[in-house]
Amino acid sequence: MRTSFIAKNPSVLIFLLALAAFTITVTILSEGFGIGIISTSFIKTLGKTLCLCLIAVAMDLIWGYTGILSLGHFAFFGLGGYMIGMWLMYERTRLIVTEALMQGQIPPTDTEIIDGIGNQIFGVVGSSDFPLVWAFADSLGIQLLLVLLVPGLLALVFGWLAFRSRVTGVYLSILTQAMTLALALYLFQNDSGLRGNNGLSGLQNLPGVEAPQSIVSMWFFLASAMALALGYVLAAWIVSGKFGSVIRGIRDNETRVRFLGYSVEGFKLAVFTLTACIAAIAGALYYPQAGIINPAEIVPIASIYLAVWVAIGGRGRLYGAVIGAGFVSLISSWFTGGQAPDIPLGFFTIKWVDWWLVLLGLSFVTVTLFAPKGIGGLFDLFKKDGDT
Amino acid sequence: MSTLLEVSGVSVSFDGFKAINNLSFQIAEVELRAVIGPNGAGKTTFMDIVTGKTRPDEGRVIWGDKSISLLRMNEAQIAREGIGRKFQKPTVFEDQTVRENLLMALKKDRGFFAVLFYRPSKVDLGRVDELAEEVGLANELGRLAGELSHGQKQWLEIGMLLAQEPRLLLVDEPAAGMTPEEREHTSSLLVAAAKTRAVVVVEHDMEFVRRLGCRVTVLHEGAVLAEGSLDHVTSNAQVIDVYLGR
Repeated sequence: MRTSFIAKNPSVLIFLLALAAFTITVTILSEGFGIGIISTSFIKTLGKTLCLCLIAVAMDLIWGYTGILSLGHFAFFGLGGYMIGMWLMYERTRLIVTEALMQGQIPPTDTEIIDGIGNQIFGVVGSSDFPLVWAFADSLGIQLLLVLLVPGLLALVFGWLAFRSRVTGVYLSILTQAMTLALALYLFQNDSGLRGNNGLSGLQNLPGVEAPQSIVSMWFFLASAMALALGYVLAAWIVSGKFGSVIRGIRDNETRVRFLGYSVEGFKLAVFTLTACIAAIAGALYYPQAGIINPAEIVPIASIYLAVWVAIGGRGRLYGAVIGAGFVSLISSWFTGGQAPDIPLGFFTIKWVDWWLVLLGLSFVTVTLFAPKGIGGLFDLFKKDGDT
Repeated sequence: MSTLLEVSGVSVSFDGFKAINNLSFQIAEVELRAVIGPNGAGKTTFMDIVTGKTRPDEGRVIWGDKSISLLRMNEAQIAREGIGRKFQKPTVFEDQTVRENLLMALKKDRGFFAVLFYRPSKVDLGRVDELAEEVGLANELGRLAGELSHGQKQWLEIGMLLAQEPRLLLVDEPAAGMTPEEREHTSSLLVAAAKTRAVVVVEHDMEFVRRLGCRVTVLHEGAVLAEGSLDHVTSNAQVIDVYLGR
């Protein structure tokens, strides 16, 4: 089964080989595991980029293949990050608080430790009590489960309501924007229980791990590469068979699929929820590398960027999504990081930090108008006819 | 012969306009029937009601030996019950090959996991080959449906309907935009399909209806005006008045 799947989809094998080559090269050049040419902070950038590639694969499944332009998938990405962030922050604070209290004459009681952690974490929002949502923050296992459950359930309920009412097209896109905006606004509040606009921080430190960041960053880089590989193969397998036929059918003519006897709403809901879970995993790997998560991460524009990446990379083909997300997000951090040289025009100086968005917008329009297949479409030039 | 579908006393109005007005219609298990009528007679609305796309304001739609009401079912459930529908405009999945189109239509478990883990068996692929042969697309299996000619797309859609193995086939204007040879092929396909199931053909073209050689139901203003052989209905004074006379 597996061999025939790979044999029928040579692009999957090529992708995996390219990803492996990239990962090995970076590992050899890294500070943590290699000869130290690539700095630890750039390793983190690359690792984060791989996570963005993974959510782009999810976006391609829901938009490029199923035809649902979701502009809310970063909400699931962010929720995944929050769920793992809660454990990271709780556990690390617990270790620090316990150690500090141990310095005293009398050994601390459990209540003292809990109060100490509460003060440390929620002091910034003027509180010291643990909100209900932190009930399982002391358990890594449960929080890992919640990484999938919370975004998955949100997607399931939201999708059920939206698809059942046959909301489609641009109306659905607006609805998903409203969802991510509502979630962001809620999380911005201090009494949301997740530290308001401060968000969760210090996530780059793994509790109880002595290894330096140069090593930890490599673990996350490798884990992100593995997650991308698995997510890519899963997505490619899903779209290769009859399931792929059905969802592409829904994209092109959902009424016809309905009259063939397929429950269109059920298939949409399944893909929506599955891609939300993939996005959540990507987020749970991304934020420990970013070190901080706050509600600004899931404002509506974030999900729109995601759609732009996939459009530029080429939707409806998985490697297109990966190329788009990788290329655009890397080049974006180059431009906005102040590394791009400003262009003095005499009367006016183009500062890329400000003008990058204009360039991105222009390239989005250009791609949409003149190259609807995106960067991925270039690969068709190497393909023989009938070799689809 | 027992009745497969019984529509009785069905009415539906859109913004006060009565598209279907107390319509009653029956078809047997194995029968070919042509439905004709001027524009706005309610032919397409009739199909919409049977396939679950439109809910009638009143009336009953009873299906099969167990006399199930179709009115509480959605489009997909009705399709799974065995009612296939062909639209006026050929609607095939242009981005996919003829084989993929037929495989998707093949009568199989439509459940989520069944579809996810489905891999075509030899039997299924053989069935697809047979169907392609039947509708005259045996040499086009690997081609994208979007590359087919208009007539070929119509046949592919008929092939997809046959693949669903429906007990009732509703066909909307199959001959529209076809060359005379293509029409002939299409009519023989429909006549052959009606040997084992019920087929309802909505058509404007009298020549095409004559070629089908079946009972004809004339609709007018959302109700049945006349029913019988083509010669019988075309000699009916009322029919001539509202339809043929124009």
